[in-house]
Amino acid sequence: MAGLTYTAVESTALSTAEYYGKALCELGREHPEVVALTADLAKSTKIGMFGEEFPDRFFNVGIAEQNMFGIAAGMAKAGLVPFLSTFSIFASLRSADQLHTDICYQNVNAKIIATHAGTSFGQAGSTHHAICDLAVTRSFPNLTVVCPADGMETVNAVRAAYEMQGPVYIRINRGFDRVLNSSTDYDFEFGKAITLHEGTDLTVIACGSCAFQALTAANFLDNSDGLKIRVLNMHTIKPIDREAIEKAVMDTRRIITVEDHNVIGGLGSAVAEVIADLGKGCAFRRLGIQDVFAPIGLHEDIMSIIGIDSNGIIDAVREVMKKDFELDDDWEDEV
Amino acid sequence: MPLTKQEWLALEEKASELRHLCLDTTYWAGSGHIGGGMSIMDMLTVLYHKYLNIRVEEPLWEDRDRLIVSKGHAGIALAPVLVDKGFNDPEQLKTFNHTNSKMGIHLDANKVVGVDASTGSLGHGLSIAVGTALAATLQKKDYITYCILGDGECNEGSNWEAAMTAAHFNVTNLISFVDRNKCMIDGPTEDVMGLEPFVDKWKAFGFIVKEIDGHNIKELCETIDFALENKEAPVMIVANTIKGAGIDFMEDDYRWHYGAIDEEKYKKAKASLDKYCKSRKERAEKEGA
Repeated sequence: MAGLTYTAVESTALSTAEYYGKALCELGREHPEVVALTADLAKSTKIGMFGEEFPDRFFNVGIAEQNMFGIAAGMAKAGLVPFLSTFSIFASLRSADQLHTDICYQNVNAKIIATHAGTSFGQAGSTHHAICDLAVTRSFPNLTVVCPADGMETVNAVRAAYEMQGPVYIRINRGFDRVLNSSTDYDFEFGKAITLHEGTDLTVIACGSCAFQALTAANFLDNSDGLKIRVLNMHTIKPIDREAIEKAVMDTRRIITVEDHNVIGGLGSAVAEVIADLGKGCAFRRLGIQDVFAPIGLHEDIMSIIGIDSNGIIDAVREVMKKDFELDDDWEDEV
Repeated sequence: MPLTKQEWLALEEKASELRHLCLDTTYWAGSGHIGGGMSIMDMLTVLYHKYLNIRVEEPLWEDRDRLIVSKGHAGIALAPVLVDKGFNDPEQLKTFNHTNSKMGIHLDANKVVGVDASTGSLGHGLSIAVGTALAATLQKKDYITYCILGDGECNEGSNWEAAMTAAHFNVTNLISFVDRNKCMIDGPTEDVMGLEPFVDKWKAFGFIVKEIDGHNIKELCETIDFALENKEAPVMIVANTIKGAGIDFMEDDYRWHYGAIDEEKYKKAKASLDKYCKSRKERAEKEGA
């Protein structure tokens, strides 16, 4: 990973998508088969940075997302490695059929870097909030689904996407994310959760910008309430890190998930499925958008309103800690 | 190179064999999309037996010509062609549509050897074809990408997105056909959702359009020869065809988009195909140079 460690100074100067743009340009320099496509969102998604450096390998197909996914599938079948960028809402819904059939069913080596994830383009309203992209993409076989926490993690995810064979969907936010990682130099592997904070009282499992909020909440609760909260950055939604979830159930027996997404179908659902499969009792709560369309506003305001910022997480932890979900503490008598 | 009489007759013979094999496959399967299969059989015959630069012993040869059959329900026609060509075990045709068969209605490129794209959801193939054609240009390869669309399929807006792209990037290493059999599942195309003026639409989207008889081998070859030479704009060949071509009780009947074949129908269809193919060969004999 030489040459990929950005400085902390840069981390405050770049938006998450700009990290993506830089990482893609680096891949472009190293690998001539990398090409980039967008649907009139070169500037917004920052994929245009690649286009400026490699104009011959950059294809702006106009406002035609379905077509873009089909073209990318054809290019991938011919041996290129296409990176596609548009907003998450369009990548997961407008062109869902092409993503499903041309990309995932054919299992081609295309990488979708979908920006403006969750409510990060808050002021644009629900036409531009991606609150069900994880639900949709998670249900497509062959697709790896990733929600990095910040710019540095986006760099790691983009490189990891290139390194693996097969389709990958990475959702990143519009604008600046709070910085969780000051460099790219840490253990990042698809499907392996990162423990941001150790604890035995409760586990908060978060993805995307909620990971920083969860860590902030855990530090606060440690100091104010004496609670030891484990925080897992579950950057890969599929394949989900089952082992980390199962361990969290056994070790802490209280789990809260946090995501900038509908609570139906995303991280919370993925974690719930693992817990249900495990068959062990666990106090559980899903923070996220509660199956409504989110309000208009600044991203951080929306996160606060829907309770996925540190304050919302702190409140939820305190509530779940009150839950006495099992009286006899005997795990052996459970299914 | 103009088509010689000998070549024409050989292609007619091959088209006849493949029509019979498509009918046999439909019979073995019990039912199938035979109407739209028969309407593209001459295009498939000409492509696989005159134009496509492919290697049976190396199906994924990177410099091979590509064919994206966007009307994926024509798998009942493409599968026999690929089997006949030697890409797949002939026994597989007898399992077409059977549980756990490698071959279903819409052929899976990861299961059926020689298929360049898994199609079936309509309006996808032209974009995929534009993608492989653009990739060829970028990689400085001289292979050609062919694409066959259904006419009803052209209701899908995504085709027109792909058409804009093909013209915008002047993708002339792409040669496309529309199988204009004028039928779709629910009725004649002009009743369900009118396409006319169809040729003008493709022209307006920046294509050089050739309207031909899609069952005339000579015309098909002449038009493909033209398209291979052309570098001005992408070429769309609007091939006027007959749904179920060669089987009299199916011809031009939209209800044969998908149909079941019992033994009685199979025998009648066989006899009709014999007659049809014979008259086609007679024409080639007479008109061939």
